[in-house]
Amino acid sequence: MTDLIDPDTLQRVLSAALGTGADWAEVFAEDRRSTGAVLDDGKVEEMTSGRDRGAGIRVVVGDSTGFAHTADLSERGLLETARIAADAARGANGEGRVVALDRREVPSQRISIVPDEVDKARKVELLLAADRVARGHDGAISQVMARYSDGRRRIQIANSDGLLTSDDQVRTTFSVSCVATGDTGMQTGRESVGHTIGFELFDRYDVEELARAAAGRAVTKLRARPAPSGQMTVVIGSGGGGVMFHEACGHGLEADLVDKGASVFAGRIGEQVASPLVTLVDDGTMGGEWGCFAVDDEGHAAQRNVLIENGILVDYMWDGLRARKEGRRSSGNGRRQSYQHLPMVRMTNTYLLGGTSRPDDIVADTDSGVYIAHLGGGQVNTATGDFVFGMTEAYLIEGGRITEPLREGNLIGNGPAVLRNIDAVGDDFAMGPPGTCGKDGQGVPVGDGVPTLRVHGLTIGGTAA
Amino acid sequence: MKAETLQAICDRVVASGGPGEEIEAVAMWSRDTEVRAYEAAVESFTSAESAGVGVRVVRDGRVGFAWAGTFEESAVREALADARDNARFSSPDPLAGVAAPDHVEPVALTLHDPRLEEFATSDKVRLAIELEAAVRGADRRIVGVESVDYSDQLALSAVASTAGIRASSTETTCALSAYVLASDGTETTTGFGFSVGRHPGELDVRTTAADAAKRAVRMLGARPARSERLTVVLDPWVTAQFLGLVASVFSADAVLKGRSLFAGRIGESVASPLVTLIDDPTDPQMWGATATDGEGLATRPVTMIDAGVASGFLYDSYTARALGAASTGSAVRYGFTSTPAPGPQAVRLQPGAASAEEIWAQVGDGVVIQEVSGLHSGVNPVSGDFSTGAEGIRLRGGEPAEAVREVTIASTLQRMLADVVAVGADVERFPMDASGVSLAIADVSLSGGGE
Repeated sequence: MTDLIDPDTLQRVLSAALGTGADWAEVFAEDRRSTGAVLDDGKVEEMTSGRDRGAGIRVVVGDSTGFAHTADLSERGLLETARIAADAARGANGEGRVVALDRREVPSQRISIVPDEVDKARKVELLLAADRVARGHDGAISQVMARYSDGRRRIQIANSDGLLTSDDQVRTTFSVSCVATGDTGMQTGRESVGHTIGFELFDRYDVEELARAAAGRAVTKLRARPAPSGQMTVVIGSGGGGVMFHEACGHGLEADLVDKGASVFAGRIGEQVASPLVTLVDDGTMGGEWGCFAVDDEGHAAQRNVLIENGILVDYMWDGLRARKEGRRSSGNGRRQSYQHLPMVRMTNTYLLGGTSRPDDIVADTDSGVYIAHLGGGQVNTATGDFVFGMTEAYLIEGGRITEPLREGNLIGNGPAVLRNIDAVGDDFAMGPPGTCGKDGQGVPVGDGVPTLRVHGLTIGGTAA
Repeated sequence: MKAETLQAICDRVVASGGPGEEIEAVAMWSRDTEVRAYEAAVESFTSAESAGVGVRVVRDGRVGFAWAGTFEESAVREALADARDNARFSSPDPLAGVAAPDHVEPVALTLHDPRLEEFATSDKVRLAIELEAAVRGADRRIVGVESVDYSDQLALSAVASTAGIRASSTETTCALSAYVLASDGTETTTGFGFSVGRHPGELDVRTTAADAAKRAVRMLGARPARSERLTVVLDPWVTAQFLGLVASVFSADAVLKGRSLFAGRIGESVASPLVTLIDDPTDPQMWGATATDGEGLATRPVTMIDAGVASGFLYDSYTARALGAASTGSAVRYGFTSTPAPGPQAVRLQPGAASAEEIWAQVGDGVVIQEVSGLHSGVNPVSGDFSTGAEGIRLRGGEPAEAVREVTIASTLQRMLADVVAVGADVERFPMDASGVSLAIADVSLSGGGE
């Protein structure tokens, strides 16, 4: 791909950023284009598109980082931004040096159909089809919203270690949200898919099936009863989302939080922190998944990192800043929302490896509890380990059978306790729907996945006794 | 940068409109500073300017929108061309269109304080470092900080349209925030404190540090409680988040599209008579204060619930046309990358007369909720189902007793509004679209694994 900024300019800007002796400097350039369309209330309300390009410059002096960004990618604009970043990281005092760049490219994810080259009318047709099918699915469906969006993000990273690299990331996503109205009021159902691929997403998924699933979920919930309250055994279904692990331990294994003593997992490498059934991986290389890329937003190649192996804590996730401090390599987890943000440690695709139990046996072996077919988002306090996640499709388990649907709610648990209380892991691993992970005000795309699993010690946040 | 420059950019886009075409352009620019302090030094210092335009085109009832993250002329022209092209693909809607001037005069608000721009960079660094020291010194059980920040922003925006709309604004905001860690040697707890203002002289280091330390330290030794139904007292921070959710259900967009619990209920009782819920962006004390909305119409106070009775929705120009009402100046944009939609901007409850302590005494047996988690995953504003993670302090005999964590609170938005038993006088402001007071709600399900 063509360079966003030519390498000679980058060398001069980096040299200027190092000024009189900063320890390290980086230029992160980004060109982002997106297209989206929303259908609501039976109409394609609007089609939108956007473009953003710019560069963020980091200058590190000791433990202090100066950061500035600009939408002006001319050499003049970049040099001015480098000066502001260098000023912000005051304290540098020494000799300047010249940076020589060494191009190290990692192949970007392969795209078959570039979304920009697809007629906008075809994107609109997908929305209309989803609306038609969802409304036709059941007379109780009273409203449908569908969203299509695609985005292409070209990035280029150069730093004073001599690194020069780039990536071209294309993501496409589609979602359908339905409202069903009945005697008990309104209920909602949603289904979404998203991958780091192009318009071939729709060779893999049929929007009509997504629409039926979303509609079915809303209609089912019309007869849902209030969720129970108190601690119960919980079975999480395969493919419904791995957000529980993202919250229960994922965030707590991010080295920036560990470094500040803000994680219950700090200082526990090598310890048994989970049931021996738990092997947890964060994998930025997972082809086509929502959280994957060729290089992270600091230019490090994506990696597959085993975080917990058979219950033993193996490693944290690292970005460049924290890795340099510890004298080790980044694990390829340095990510940022855009060129206007500082990178930090972030997850990519986080998942639990499959086990040996048959999913049906796990349910049959559960006398009473809750079966969660689809998880919602979640949140964690990494310092206490307390975390929540939502259930958007859940059922009671009675006598080893899945029975009545339940209304929505959150579950709460404590990460280290919950990880120890996993006593069955199925052989049916599947990734869940695409997610956006928020941390310190920045959102990045992440994936997650689990096989069917059973856990004790989660508290269901319902209203029934 | 000046607001007039932004207005001129919008004017130029609008002037290129052809016959049969409506165009609306917004331009936004900001200068942001953020200083993060750690261990008595600057951990990171961010200094940056951002700019962008958003262009909405309506032709034959079809809406197209495009944005660009720059004021560069070629990019602005490209955004206009893209918006025109995008409009070809949306569904025709006879009601589609940009806002028409309604001749309501915007209130005069001074949201810009030149003292922010005169505040030296070195003083910003000093404030952040002072705050970190104050937090660490506030209590011997404070063992660390997750983040301690000083941040400020100078934000300019302008909007213009072929219908004759022209409006611009300039505002300053600044904030201190501290997220701290407390420990008693066996477990760690967290707390936060904020201070917000239009200029740094309004920021209060000592109170921010004391709030953060207090919230963290009082959670030490917290345990899960056992499940029961009881009265919860939401502290002002939690109330503000709750109010933002309730107000979103009063969006005319939700009403129009059959997603609002309150559709068709104007004039009916939907809450306890203690509840008067107002969205008032004309109040300069509110973080979301603004004289004009995202479409350039004058903002105005809207009473959504009047002494328990549903009394009004939040309209932008489109939903007003569709529902036979007038815009309430409630069009909200999330930056230049989004089209306007009606929503809350500056929500508050009419405060009561009681202090927090008086409300605790009135409640007697209950729990003060100081933090909730998973509002996005456990609250469904369409069905009204409400379930969040929670931590707080148990009330026994009207007095604060043991700390409680790893529990959930659950009810429905409908029932919670009806079950309000006390509204506090203790107004607190946060950097968000609502302010808060202590709010007591009866008959909420607390769920926990405690004995």
